[in-house]
This record gives sequence, structure tokens and C-alpha cells, in this order.
Amino acid sequence: MSAALLIDILLWGSVLGVGLIAFRRGPPVFKASLREGSMDFINIVPRIALGVIGSGYIAAIIPQEVITGWLGPDSGWLGVASAVVAGAATPGGPVIGFSIGTVALKSGGGVPQVVAYVVAWALFAFQRVILWEIPFMPARFVWLRCAVSVPFPFVAAAIAMVIGKP
Amino acid sequence: MSELPSKAPAPAEDAESEPRPGRVRKPIGWSTIIIAALVAVSAALVWRRDGTDGVLDILTHDLSLFGGILPRVLAGCLLGAFISEILPHEKVSRSLGPKSGLMGLLIGTAFGAILPGGPFTAYPVASALLAVGADFGATIAMVVSWTLIGYGRAVAWEIPIMGTDFTLWRILISLPLPVLAGALGRFVYVRLYPQPLAKDDEN
Repeated sequence: MSAALLIDILLWGSVLGVGLIAFRRGPPVFKASLREGSMDFINIVPRIALGVIGSGYIAAIIPQEVITGWLGPDSGWLGVASAVVAGAATPGGPVIGFSIGTVALKSGGGVPQVVAYVVAWALFAFQRVILWEIPFMPARFVWLRCAVSVPFPFVAAAIAMVIGKP
Repeated sequence: MSELPSKAPAPAEDAESEPRPGRVRKPIGWSTIIIAALVAVSAALVWRRDGTDGVLDILTHDLSLFGGILPRVLAGCLLGAFISEILPHEKVSRSLGPKSGLMGLLIGTAFGAILPGGPFTAYPVASALLAVGADFGATIAMVVSWTLIGYGRAVAWEIPIMGTDFTLWRILISLPLPVLAGALGRFVYVRLYPQPLAKDDEN
């Protein structure tokens, strides 16, 4: 798991870096933000817990065949639309999302549809929204962000149709 | 998240000026209730399908997952707190605020693209930006940029699984999207909430 280690090193390195900057502004500033950050953490833990444990159950009742089915057969804009739904409904993390995309590509899925799927997954995957975005962000932000993002998997598919395959 | 006014001896300002969305949280909001209900229904369905063992399996798996991400969540929260403390609020609201124009959206996009880590950094930092004066538009650009053109997930997962060609090409296609999403978000936001100075926090 060297990738995970790298992420942790980068992450804590960044914390250390900004922490150092805060410390140089004076210990009161440092202490205040340390307290603030810890309070944020304490407040957020129950929400994250609900998100992690809960989304496992939600994922468990979404059979993967349903997702691949949505991403399968249709070409054209109908195919793009169902790929978007599939992207939002895909349970699990990046391994599952990208693997489904790869399988779709290899089994003859259209490139614009797969692009729409990957982009929709990045924008809307429900587990990320439940687990991370909702706990951390104001509710108003989450729904506005999701609402204004709706056109963009379609835009990406359109660009893919225009500029062609990789 | 506590109340904003307690936000340390921040550089003067505060008093009137910009809206400060976010940061103030009720412990239980509607979204939490809806999620909890969804979880209860799903768990009941799993129980009916797989019995108690199935429910416990998922629970233990998710609990260990939860334990694994907690340190990263802590790091993300500290990162967010430090950033909101050291960033000059006035400058942030000038360069990322409602009147920052295209430049603000571009800065948000660039920031999202270079941000290290995963969701455990992106959202605390986004929430910190909102708190120090970035508007929804620039913050949406940042979040969308992080998820679509950020290098973290691309390097760790997308390239190994989907291949370099597809990934680079997909990122190329995605390049304009964060700015467009941020612009649309800003456009909608000022029309939905024309008086952002009014009480701005619901959850």
C-alpha cells in the first residue's frame, strides 16, 4: 500500500506546512486553529460514522449487474443519459467505478458513454456525497453543486463525440 | 465548527461585509435524518436478504474502514482550520468572492487541481474557503476541479485501471468543466439568494 502511504505523507506534510505558517504568526493563532480543527473533527465524526457505516448497507442493496446493465446497451444520447445514472448510483470507491468503466470500454461500450459515466461518477457518486460532501459542506452548497453539475457529463460526452477517441 | 464570531483574533474586518455561508452547524440537520432513514431501510433489506450475519459482516467491515480513515479526517480538519486561519480573509474574498469574476473561478480551479489528498482534504478545505469569504461559484469550481482534473485520484486509480491514454484524454475533455460549473453555480446562486447578507445558514 505505498500509494496510501504516499497520500498520508503528503497529507500530514501539508498539515505540518500550514501549521508551521500558523505557528509563526504566533502561538495564540496556532492554538486557536488547533482548537478549531479539533472541534471540527469532533463534530464531524458522528456524521462520517453514519456515512461510512450507512453507505455500506446502501451499497449492499445495489447489485452491480444493475450498474453494468445501465452502462451497457444503448448508444447515442439515451446511452449517455443512462451512463450518467449509472455513474451516480455506482457504489464503492474508485476501484469499482473505474473497473466498471474499463469493462464497458472493452466490451464495446461507446467512448462518449464511458466518458459520461466516469465524469458522472466523479461528480455524483452517492457514497462520496453521503460520506464526505454532506458532512463537511453546508446543505445548500451540496445541492446547488449537484444541481449545476448535472449538465456536465453530457457536455463531456458531447466533446468526446466531437474530438473523437483517445 | 462552532460559531464564527469565536473565530480568533482574525484581521479586523468581519463586522459587516460578506456573507459567510457554512461553518455554523446544527448537530442534526435534515440531510442527516434522511441519510439515517435510508440507512435503516437498507440495513433492514440486507437483514431480510442475508440475515443477521450479513448485517454484522458489513458492520465490521465498515467499522474497520471507519477506523482507518479517522486519522485522515483529523488531518483534513486541521488542514482546513490552519488554512482558514492563515489566509488573509480580505484577499480571499477579493480573489475568490462573489465579485471575483472569471479570475476567481480560474483560481478555484487551479487550487482544486493541485490540492493533495482525497475527499478528506478537499471538503474541509472547501468548507474553510467558504468560511473565509470565497463564494459558492469559486468553491464549486474548486470541488469540481478536484474531482475531475485533480491528479490524486487520476494517478492512484484511474491511470492504473483505465490506462494513461484514456485518463489524459478524459482529463483534457474535463478541463473547461470546473470553470463552467462555477460560473453556472454563481449565476444560479445570486438569482436564488439575491440578498446574501440575510441569515445565510441553514443546514
